[in-house]
Amino acid sequence: MQKTYEEINEKIRRGEAVVVTAEEVIDIVAEKGMEKAAREIDVVTTGTFGPMCSSGAFINFGHSRPRIKMKKVWLNGVEAYSGIAAVDAYIGAAQLPETDPENKVFPGRFTYGGGHVIQDLVAGKDIHLEAIAYGTDCYPNKKVDTVITINDLNEAYLFNPRNAYQNYNCAVNLGDRTLYTYMGILKPNMGNASYSSAGQLSPLMNDPYYKTIGLGTRIFLGGGIGYVTWNGTQHHPNVPRGENGVPLTPAGTLAVIGDLKQMNPYWLVGLSYIGYGATIAVGIGIPIPILNEEILYYTTVKDEDIYCPVVDYFEGYPYGKAIDLGKVNYRDLKSGRVTINGRQVITTPQSSYPRARKIAQTLKEWIQKGTFELTCPVAGIPSAEANIEFKSIPDRSPNGITIKR
Amino acid sequence: MRDKIVCYFSAAQSEQPIIHLLVKNYDLVINILKADINPQKEGYLVVELEGERNKYNEGVDFLKSLGVIVEPLSETVVWQSEICIQCGACASFCPTEALAIDRETMEVSFDNAKCVVCGMCLECCPTRAIQLYFEIKEAVR
Repeated sequence: MQKTYEEINEKIRRGEAVVVTAEEVIDIVAEKGMEKAAREIDVVTTGTFGPMCSSGAFINFGHSRPRIKMKKVWLNGVEAYSGIAAVDAYIGAAQLPETDPENKVFPGRFTYGGGHVIQDLVAGKDIHLEAIAYGTDCYPNKKVDTVITINDLNEAYLFNPRNAYQNYNCAVNLGDRTLYTYMGILKPNMGNASYSSAGQLSPLMNDPYYKTIGLGTRIFLGGGIGYVTWNGTQHHPNVPRGENGVPLTPAGTLAVIGDLKQMNPYWLVGLSYIGYGATIAVGIGIPIPILNEEILYYTTVKDEDIYCPVVDYFEGYPYGKAIDLGKVNYRDLKSGRVTINGRQVITTPQSSYPRARKIAQTLKEWIQKGTFELTCPVAGIPSAEANIEFKSIPDRSPNGITIKR
Repeated sequence: MRDKIVCYFSAAQSEQPIIHLLVKNYDLVINILKADINPQKEGYLVVELEGERNKYNEGVDFLKSLGVIVEPLSETVVWQSEICIQCGACASFCPTEALAIDRETMEVSFDNAKCVVCGMCLECCPTRAIQLYFEIKEAVR
């Protein structure tokens, strides 16, 4: 049995496509068998909603009169990168206002940052725009100080360099003091175990070899429509995998894009991690076309069959110290307790499973209504056979080296 | 002993260095949790007082002798469901299961009756959906 994207889209247009979520498909296949289910089911929808720091938005403000070549620009006091064309900028989710006290009084609160700016923009709120410039013949203006909303912008599109991580660490603290991390608060002496994945609903867990997800895949992004543009940064597909093909460590990632003007603040939420920083929770849902039985098989993955490594964030993660704490599965993580080194540990979720479920459901409804058709990727992203080396910053002394430029 | 209290000031009382006197004369450790005091106006102060029992009581009596109204603090934790993204991080820090996850739906709920206002959830909530409210009365003249 083999279906094409066009055949599935034809059924979507006729309103006849059979669409189920990555949760629902598990029982359906258990009941009907792989072969029958593969013939009947056209699309399986996935979803994830969690903190994704490598997110941000490109903005074109339009020109002031006289025109300006922005040297520095701030939105509600949060700097956006303006080292691109005159009135273009990129606001990153993890950027903080220069006035933020950061961790000077530990642990810092990080009440407002780039992620909050993006949420406020999408919500249509007033945003304080400030910019400075040195002035040129073509761009004489040196200062902008005004109030804008998203409707005043020419373009505002989300462009997230790394989202939808395929699996992630389960974080614990083997130290004797509380840690404040991007995985939340970690209590000393392994007082809790924090995890961040939608597990069986997560997009890349359901297409572990990226056989359908590639460049140009149309997706649910931030409540609107977006596209996969590339593999994400730190994409590392050639890691150990289980028999079901699912990586046993953090692995694949996606770069995604979409028009911010059609997104929704419910699905792009600014976050403040105490002692760590500001970021954003992004909602992503990816439809998986059931082209054949193999593709369907991957979507039937269950939480109990997805394992992630337990990593110490006292010394293991920050200092790269190898400490083997074994693996845990997402069924146990979601139950509220896991066993690590023979000890029961309370689990702390960071990713919202109810919202991941809602995304998969919403995407399913869009496809059923015929308002969302699938796209065939124009190119694939590197998969398990890739030979990608996971690099670190080299430790070299710049002294005595002449760097030509 | 250690306790949290709310002090209500009249306009005249707000001119006096009350905190200074509490520290100097009664040897109390004072942590100001919230304050709204303005010159020439009535106001309130939410403080945590810590010290030896007799000194503590003398300090409170001193406040009362000045005409400051002293009452125990009642705090309430408020969970704003419309801000909450249902990640569930708070539930693992809540010692009384006031914040709890339904393991079927993975949804978070809050039962105010079980809450002991320990404040752990305030720190671990990344959306700041949980807030601590002090119950403050209209200040008296």
